[in-house]
Amino acid sequence: MTERSSHLELEQADKTYLDSNELIINMGPQHPATHGVLRVILKLDGEKVLGTECVIGYLHRGVEKIAENRTYTMFNPYVDRMDYVAAVSNGLGYCEAVEKLLNVEAPSRAKYIRVILTELNRLASHMLWLGTHALDIGAITPLFYTFRDREEILKIFEKYCGARLTTHAFRIGGCQYETYDGFEEDVTKFLKFVTPKIDEYEQLLTTNRIWVERTRGVGVISAADCKALGVTGPVLRASGVKWDLRKAQPYAAYSDFDFEIPTGQSGDTYDRYLVRMQEMRQSLRIIEQAVGKIPDGPIMAKVPKVMKPPVGEVYHSIEAPKGELGYFIVSDGSTQPYRVRVRPPSFVNLQALDQMVRGQLVADVIAVIGTLDIVLGEVDR
Amino acid sequence: MPEETKAPTPPPSGPPKAAAPHAPAAPAKPAGPTPEPWSSGLVTTLKRQYGSGIREASTYLGQNYMVVDSSLIPELLQVLRDQEQFDYCVDITAVHYPQREKQFDLIWILYSFARNQRIRVKIMIADGEVVPSSVSIWPTANWLEREVYDMFGIRFEGHPDLKRILLPEGWKGHPLRKDYGIIQQDNEWVQINLGIESGQ
Repeated sequence: MTERSSHLELEQADKTYLDSNELIINMGPQHPATHGVLRVILKLDGEKVLGTECVIGYLHRGVEKIAENRTYTMFNPYVDRMDYVAAVSNGLGYCEAVEKLLNVEAPSRAKYIRVILTELNRLASHMLWLGTHALDIGAITPLFYTFRDREEILKIFEKYCGARLTTHAFRIGGCQYETYDGFEEDVTKFLKFVTPKIDEYEQLLTTNRIWVERTRGVGVISAADCKALGVTGPVLRASGVKWDLRKAQPYAAYSDFDFEIPTGQSGDTYDRYLVRMQEMRQSLRIIEQAVGKIPDGPIMAKVPKVMKPPVGEVYHSIEAPKGELGYFIVSDGSTQPYRVRVRPPSFVNLQALDQMVRGQLVADVIAVIGTLDIVLGEVDR
Repeated sequence: MPEETKAPTPPPSGPPKAAAPHAPAAPAKPAGPTPEPWSSGLVTTLKRQYGSGIREASTYLGQNYMVVDSSLIPELLQVLRDQEQFDYCVDITAVHYPQREKQFDLIWILYSFARNQRIRVKIMIADGEVVPSSVSIWPTANWLEREVYDMFGIRFEGHPDLKRILLPEGWKGHPLRKDYGIIQQDNEWVQINLGIESGQ
């Protein structure tokens, strides 16, 4: 393999490694705690991290290039393969972006179905994050709990559209599928089932001394640094910035619902944990409000079979479970997009890793990668 | 929501005559939404300061963008951050138009938390033209510029560590250019590093 050059170099390069306390070690790409194929080059002084460099791209599939060679409709399933634990959010962002370009709006029934499924997906994504993050730090139990409960969400997805992970749930202009018989009952049953479960996760961790010791004061990032580094989502909110695209620039039917934006203060791993736990409760609140009053009506807007959006550019972004997920689409008036740019939250958030772990212990790198909640399918696209 | 306003005109239903796929930038059809001039205090201030350097300031589908002279670049972005509160650089990306003399559109998508407003700043540059880096303005530009370099081959001057980010370092070619085929790859790299004849 050709080695990638790294900006991390031993300061006393002429000496042998034995003379120096500095050490460069390689973590990943095949490592269970990197949540995929992420390679991190660490420069250490004993246990202390002096610097890091991320090497990414192992999962690069050229999604943006593929988009230019498919029609608008054909590209829709591909977006599910980016953030594959939150495929519904990806689909929502893409469909809404193309709808904007076509200047159509999904009917309100479709919007409600979209909100319910997207929020369920946010729950599923946060559950997977919690399970794996706790596992990385050494708590095995939450993983079994969250995977057990996430299964119920995936069952609803499966009953709705036949797929569990890469759902392709939405279509440009609305939804392809009407809700199945008993959809609302299933969702209500799930809400009843999962509400005490979230308390259960909190009982395991929130006051657990080992958990608190391993997360409090670890990977601190200030609000100003978050903004400068473009970090969004729960990481930004845990640093005290009350900003959520669902409130700031509402899309789908989010303006109809009443919910809070949970924030933290200290911007450490513990606060990010608390913020995400609160977000799960807020998602339940949104679903609860939406499921009772899904309006009647069509689920698809009038969109042409052959989509030729007028020449122009559009940027549309949504609040994905991991942060701002944006699509920048350029149309040349033909059936295929001239350019699709995906602004992935994981990619941008991962850039903050270096700042968050500098000066910390090497074991904290694992905690910080977990707390950033990255999905490498989305980082590499 | 200033951004969410929509023009009421419906999209034109697809004309029966299919355009050749991937004819770049076909002339705009008269029907449907068209870009309208974007008038705001921000544009007035910038126009007063830079005159014709601000070539176009328009609103399309409720989204504001401006096309500016590439010579304004580091300065204008700095002004937007410091004086106009665009403190969050959402994205930096490019679009390739091989038929044009200035082949690339380079786009900054900026957001201001204070104004809750998103704008796009666009410049047009020729192939091989070097653009000043904006890493010193927004540190997030580091990886975003590396990706633009990786995918389009646009070089940023003053970038601390401009190298490929998603593709391997020895790779030849920049895949998001229009002259790079969909199944094209760096066969030499694949043979040497993966030990196979072709990745397909």
